[in-house]
Amino acid sequence: MADTNLQTPILSVEHLSMKFGGLVAIGDLSFTAPRGEITALIGPNGAGKTTVFNCITGFYKPTEGMITMTRQSGEKFLLERLPDFQITAKAKVARTFQNIRLFSGMTVLENLLVAQHNALMRASGFTVLGLLGLKSYKDASRESIEKAVYWLEKANLIDRADDPAGDLSYGAQRRLEIARAMCTGPELLCLDEPAAGLNPKESLALNELLLGIRRDTGTSILLIEHDMAVVMEISDHVVVLEYGRKISDGTPASVRSDPKVIAAYLGVDDEEVTDALVEVGDDHILEEGDVAPPPALGPSETSSMFEGPIEDTVEEAGSETIVPASPAASKAAQVEAQTGATDPVKPKGPAQ
Amino acid sequence: MTAISDTTTRQASSPYGEAARQALWAALLSFGLFFFFIGLESTQDISNRLILQSHWVTLAIVVALVALGRFLFIAFVIPAVDRRRANRAPIAVVDEKDQSFIRRHRFKIMIALLVLYPIFILSTAGLQGSLKWVNNFGVQVLIYVMLAWGLNIVVGLAGLLDLGYVAFYAVGAYAYALLGTEFGLSFWILLPAAGIMAAFWGIILGFPVLRLRGDYLAIVTLAFGEIIRLVLINWREVTNGSAGISGIPKITFFGLFDFNISSPDYILKVLPESIVTLFALRPSGAYYTIFLYYLILALAMLTAFVTIRLRRLPVGRAWEALREDEIACRSLGINTTNTKLTAFAIGAMFGGFAGAFFAARQGFINPESFVFLQSAIILAIVVLGGMGSLSGIAIAALVMIGGMEILREMQFLKIVFGQSFTPELYRMLLFGIAMVVVMVWKPRGFVGSREPTAYLKEARAVSSTFTKEGHG
Ligand SMILES: Nc1ncnc2c1ncn2[C@@H]1O[C@H](COP(=O)(O)OP(=O)(O)OP(=O)(O)O)[C@@H](O)[C@H]1O
Ligand SMILES: [Mg+2]
Repeated sequence: MADTNLQTPILSVEHLSMKFGGLVAIGDLSFTAPRGEITALIGPNGAGKTTVFNCITGFYKPTEGMITMTRQSGEKFLLERLPDFQITAKAKVARTFQNIRLFSGMTVLENLLVAQHNALMRASGFTVLGLLGLKSYKDASRESIEKAVYWLEKANLIDRADDPAGDLSYGAQRRLEIARAMCTGPELLCLDEPAAGLNPKESLALNELLLGIRRDTGTSILLIEHDMAVVMEISDHVVVLEYGRKISDGTPASVRSDPKVIAAYLGVDDEEVTDALVEVGDDHILEEGDVAPPPALGPSETSSMFEGPIEDTVEEAGSETIVPASPAASKAAQVEAQTGATDPVKPKGPAQ
Repeated sequence: MTAISDTTTRQASSPYGEAARQALWAALLSFGLFFFFIGLESTQDISNRLILQSHWVTLAIVVALVALGRFLFIAFVIPAVDRRRANRAPIAVVDEKDQSFIRRHRFKIMIALLVLYPIFILSTAGLQGSLKWVNNFGVQVLIYVMLAWGLNIVVGLAGLLDLGYVAFYAVGAYAYALLGTEFGLSFWILLPAAGIMAAFWGIILGFPVLRLRGDYLAIVTLAFGEIIRLVLINWREVTNGSAGISGIPKITFFGLFDFNISSPDYILKVLPESIVTLFALRPSGAYYTIFLYYLILALAMLTAFVTIRLRRLPVGRAWEALREDEIACRSLGINTTNTKLTAFAIGAMFGGFAGAFFAARQGFINPESFVFLQSAIILAIVVLGGMGSLSGIAIAALVMIGGMEILREMQFLKIVFGQSFTPELYRMLLFGIAMVVVMVWKPRGFVGSREPTAYLKEARAVSSTFTKEGHG
């Protein structure tokens, strides 16, 4: 039983669609995250990566599709049916946010204690026993501090434990957010661009932290990342999105040399799509046509749901601005059209 | 080099010259402003003709006062503030290491002072004289302290702006008044009942507003407060409408003795003869007042104790986390619905306790005691004290409520403003001015910083620049 369980992916996303009014942010996306591995989810800006995360962690209810989380114990959870807080509490999925969301007015230690809310709540007899100052709660509270200290040491934040979280540097805040997510005791950790805004040294420390988490706790990691160095370095498996659709899926090496990925992810211009294909040695290139997609079709570069609170953007979604997702906008689709589906592409190297 | 020394000497020597110049400007400005307001008065004489009366002396006094005030402000207050700012940083570092005895034990000292207060008043003002001081300053201020501490749980900790808090105060008061007069139940049974009833209404309010934030939340809570008040006015069969409920039973000392002179259990009849003669005790209303004082003190202390305990428990931390970032809370598996509801319920419960006490103390209640202004005052105390800080809120209640009461005592103001001046009428004006001044001086309230609920090495207060006020 346990053996077969190890084979089942920890997370499987099947036919996931998410529409905001007329905008198809994710269209029929299916992928799996193998247990105990680091899966990277990459794609250009506005590809729908954060939206996938929001569907997995229950902040959005997907329009269609099924997200199955299989815990170590073999218990299965259909995440699209659970309320958001139960996804962390019961299904053991924790996440971080693209724009850091710490409790900035609370100390670093307190941030980690809040993350252990459910365990502590049970230990405090749902407040009643804790109010009476019973010993069982005191023990639990000491344990929770020990757990927090463990993660503070891992995240190299132990010296800042009593400082307000808002006082930390950007890199330290990112690490704290990961430590906080780990304090919920997750089996799947979802990280939304953890390396964004970090300097190379901090980025290296982050890699260490993530690899350490996987090694020591066996936690599976789902990672959104723009920094290709991080992705190539630590991930076992990469899923590439463009305009809400999966365009590639495989090991880092196979994905980095996929022409569709090169065209889409690196955000080349339309002429460069052809250039990229020339580069990878494809001779099925059709005559260059002027097929620049109208800018209205794709989401803009800066559009990100986390520019405002989730609620705000959700409300905006109500206004029916129909943006037809046209295949013309997709670089990957262009590549597909130009190379033809018949010939398997034999790419030479990445254009990274 | 020379430029630097030049500026420093100028700064050091010139405050008086600069102050004199500024004072002159202020005098001119106030002369222009007040010339028609104060200098000239139009009245009618016997034959109804309009005549102008001049008050040059008063005008001169006002202008001189303004100039003097400006002079003192520029010459002394500003340099003093600057000096204090410059000195503050090093002082704070020294302070943290060896805190003085008073600082370390400030809470115990405060409680001891509060306990001794009636005794002190008794010994200075006598039995009858003490009534006013214990009642108007002690009991009145402590009721507001307790209310503000209760509201603090909702607004200060959980960050949910509640403009209708007085509704729970009303629920508590009416619960005691109705059940006490109809069924003759004792205060000690009805006190928890009133608390539970108010908590129940807290949850009733909580449900519809769970999804609201900010201005929307504020408006709905405000409306809730008004609904409760209107129900109290219009549901005449039960609440007796605007006429209110009178003859609310007094509180007994746990059934051992009471404070009704006509009752067989009157305190002086129950106490041993020897004690009564030894202290030459005479029948007086002061005993009841002093008893009430200790009762509300105990209730307020209970509120503080529970709040301090709750902050260190997971619920309390979840409240504060909710104030800081609700979405992050949900991502950590915290059930924000329950968290908000407990905040509303527990905050309301303390409001209910205070309400029951209020009804027992007054002996008479009507809906006029539970108007929006009360909610506003309680909220103002919380904001002024510093959201989340118990000591700051207690200070704010003392300043605001005690300050209002003390205005009644300031008869010397009549000498300044004339015999017809009644200071009480200006209470609200002064209240407003005080609030504006405090908010300019300390935008996050008297105690803006936040005490951490757990620490590894040392507990360092979190500066108000990091804490959030919540989403409303
Ligand atoms: N709540 C929402 N309402 C309306 N549109 C939304 C909402 N959330 C996301 N979108 C849209 O869905 C698309 C995908 O956005 P998403 O934030 O998932 O992209 P992303 O891949 O995370 O991009 P980035 O790399 O910039 O973070 C964008 O066009 C965005 O505008
Ligand atoms: Mg994103």
